[in-house]
Amino acid sequence: MAPTTNTLDRTNYLNATKGFMSWFWTIDHKRLGLMYLWSVIACFIMGGFFAMKIRLNLMPGAVDFATQTAEQMNAYNNAFTVHGAVMVFLVIIPSIPAALGNFVLPLMLGAKDVAFPRLNRFSYHLWIIGALLFVATLLIGNLDTGWTFYPPYSTGHTDPSVITAVLGAFILGFSSIFTGLNFIVTIHKMRPPQMTWFKMPLFLWAIYATAVIQVLATPVIGISLLLILVEKTMQIGIFTPELGGDPVFFQHLFWFYSHPAVYIMVLPGMGIMSELFATFSRKPIFGYKSIAMSSIAIAIFSFIVWGHHMFISGQSDLMSVIFSALTFSVAVPSAIKVFNWISTMYKGSISFSVPMLYGMSIIWLFGIGGLTGLFLATLGTDVVFHDTYFVVAHFHYVMVGSALFGFIGGIYYWWPKMYGKVVDGPLAKVGCVLSFLGFNLTFLPQFVGGSKGMPRRYAAYGSEQGFDDWNYWSTMGAMVLLAGLSIALFGLLRSFFVKGALSPANPWGGVTLEWQTPSPPPEHNFEIDPPTVGDPYDMSLVEYRGEVEGFLPVNPREDDPCVAYIAPEEA
Amino acid sequence: MSSHDNHPEGVAHHFETAEQQFDSGKLGIWTFLLTEVLFFSALFVAYTMYRDNYPEVFQFASQYLDTNLGALNTLVLLLSSFTIAWGVRNAMLGETKMLTINLIITLICAAGFMVIKAEEYGHKFHEGTLWGGHEHSIFQLDASKVDPEIAAHSKAWSNPDGEFSAAVKDLDPEFRQKLGIFFGVYFCLTGLHGIHVLIGMILLTWLLIRNLRGEFGPKNFAAVDFIALYWHLVDLIWIFLFPLLYLIS
Amino acid sequence: MSDSSHGSEGHIGHVLPLSILIKVFGCLVALTILTVITGKADMYGADLAVAMIIATCKASLVCLFFMHLKYDRPFHGMIFLFSVMCVGIFLAFVALDAESYQEHVKDFKANEIAEQQLGE
Repeated sequence: MAPTTNTLDRTNYLNATKGFMSWFWTIDHKRLGLMYLWSVIACFIMGGFFAMKIRLNLMPGAVDFATQTAEQMNAYNNAFTVHGAVMVFLVIIPSIPAALGNFVLPLMLGAKDVAFPRLNRFSYHLWIIGALLFVATLLIGNLDTGWTFYPPYSTGHTDPSVITAVLGAFILGFSSIFTGLNFIVTIHKMRPPQMTWFKMPLFLWAIYATAVIQVLATPVIGISLLLILVEKTMQIGIFTPELGGDPVFFQHLFWFYSHPAVYIMVLPGMGIMSELFATFSRKPIFGYKSIAMSSIAIAIFSFIVWGHHMFISGQSDLMSVIFSALTFSVAVPSAIKVFNWISTMYKGSISFSVPMLYGMSIIWLFGIGGLTGLFLATLGTDVVFHDTYFVVAHFHYVMVGSALFGFIGGIYYWWPKMYGKVVDGPLAKVGCVLSFLGFNLTFLPQFVGGSKGMPRRYAAYGSEQGFDDWNYWSTMGAMVLLAGLSIALFGLLRSFFVKGALSPANPWGGVTLEWQTPSPPPEHNFEIDPPTVGDPYDMSLVEYRGEVEGFLPVNPREDDPCVAYIAPEEA
Repeated sequence: MSSHDNHPEGVAHHFETAEQQFDSGKLGIWTFLLTEVLFFSALFVAYTMYRDNYPEVFQFASQYLDTNLGALNTLVLLLSSFTIAWGVRNAMLGETKMLTINLIITLICAAGFMVIKAEEYGHKFHEGTLWGGHEHSIFQLDASKVDPEIAAHSKAWSNPDGEFSAAVKDLDPEFRQKLGIFFGVYFCLTGLHGIHVLIGMILLTWLLIRNLRGEFGPKNFAAVDFIALYWHLVDLIWIFLFPLLYLIS
Repeated sequence: MSDSSHGSEGHIGHVLPLSILIKVFGCLVALTILTVITGKADMYGADLAVAMIIATCKASLVCLFFMHLKYDRPFHGMIFLFSVMCVGIFLAFVALDAESYQEHVKDFKANEIAEQQLGE
């Protein structure tokens, strides 16, 4: 047998204990991460189903504008509401922090687990309850408020399924808070002694900034949703104009959370990007400190810009001007990151592995998403673009283009560590390229349609309005995107069935600590403790070793398990 | 694994030292308190916004609240805060018996707070001084829908003895509507606070049981310390709620 | 310890003398009585300010002594102040906005009434 640093045939966290309860009641962050991962993927498929329903509904000729029935319109309203709510609350928000963050964070810190493992399990169980409430919402009624639950519509005579949806989102919020709290404490208190703040991998900086937003902003959505709940069931009146309440106030509460939530989605994706660009360019990351600090800056700025969602809601002109001006400040740290990634690639030895392809896609996608954001931050242009497909395209470029592509890139990057299987290959690359092309084909036409005034949330458009071409291409693009994502998922699943193809401890040449333990890691993460902490981006610390088909430290410790596994064969 | 052989007692497997474990817990509870502050913030913002725009409504509405009961509740909560702070000291010093006594006093105070609160709520339901959307509210915009039975004995509605500056039924409809908003905010704020007191009572009972089992001592008092911090926060919020709701003149 | 730069080191927790606890409790009770008195008296428009100053004093006492912030790692106090600061920003922005758009709400209502009267 060839020497290997793979532990699939030895005891690792996957096979240490068996049975349903050993997973469901586990406190192991790695198993919780994997369960989050598969739960999120299941929800993504559910949300994706509704996305396809929307696109097929909008295909020219599918529903006629003049003769559409109330049922058709209600079904459409339901589809975009559920698509939005599921994708936001159940997919993008937990995707990177809860799934990948849980798996990777303690490994990157060289720790045995997160600070509060049982709280971590509790978070996951809350998440499951929240997800079940969303499924119940689908079954019991026709939720049609949009994912924002704006009163007075949501608290008025609309469907009672608002109650389960709001309760579900409330519980998911607490899951998110506890995950964030756990990560903050873990990063503060469980770093190995040699790992100072500025020796932390950038993914951890991103997760830290995300966690700060989670604990600060999520309680506010919690209380707002709770208020919607009491408003709907008991007519408290705080948001209802008929009772003297103020619906604009809800929008303030909602966006005080939901704008920072955008950064809960995007920041961890950016953190993954920083890891990818350094590893696959074989170069230290360019501008480490500025990337780290820009994560924190984004987290802080995200709290003072929420009003740009409310430019046409009745918000006062004074605040609109202030929020518009403040919003531009977010562009600075975002741009710092993008320029640093590009500079990292400059004169690097770039390998176009699958994770890197996703990383490079994001530069394009986030570039477009971020720059079109400036049009929407500008008060004058936003008044025109608001409630058109321009906004829809913009936030899909940011939320899907950056957060979701980052998520998939991250899955491909850490998959060998999770399951000890290699996933790089032509098929996975085809999946990435198709997703990228399909995504652009879906949403670029929406920018054009939106700028021509195509309004959001309509079940159908008359052909005389001239949006048919844009809708046609957008639906075609959605098909291509569906194909691309399916291939990407297939590429992952296929690795389970390919014999051999075992991944070494460090297949990509990453220098962060998670690559210093065998793949998959043992139950308590590291067999030696503490692992050696060096500069997380000094690529000269590892070298490619043909005999293990992966990377090993240049100066390994005597007790390094990855070396110890191969040493007998060499001798 | 070799590192587990000399692992300190009472320290979870993923922590190196007892100090690291305690510090993590402490940071965790402070971060949680931060989320609690933000959780309440939305209602304080609601309060500020409505009071800022309708100061005269809030001034008028505040007469319906019983300042004496509010002040009494403040004192009760302050006493409970004092006894739990003392309890933390007991736990640190290993004075188990005194800790039991302090926990019991704290629990009694918490229960007393809830009883007084229930008394206040009951009075309001009786009088119909409720949020505008409630079917028995005397602040309903449509005066004809006010329950005649409630209206008959609600002093605020008819103002028989001049206790209030004006009878609710004689007020401008919009003013009356905003009175409903005040009570909406009042019930939400005090209700949410009350839920926190109830949760605190559950946690205190849990502490009491653990203490009776003799689990706390100078080396293991983290749970007492952390729950005491939570209890102080509940007290802190009431410290602000009391003048904001009861003392508007 | 990775965070050894923060605050006092070398012991877990801080035992507060009982005398301090009693004094703090006494102050809190006195301040409560004071706030009831000032609340009932005519303070010439400064009621809210006085009530808030007293409440802040009480809150500071609870934080510093009952919650041990005076003796704890400064970082914990910073977390707490940070949360209060966030609430402050939130509150200021929303209150400023609501105050500014009340004019529009009033205009809208006045128009509505005028239109109704025209209809009649």
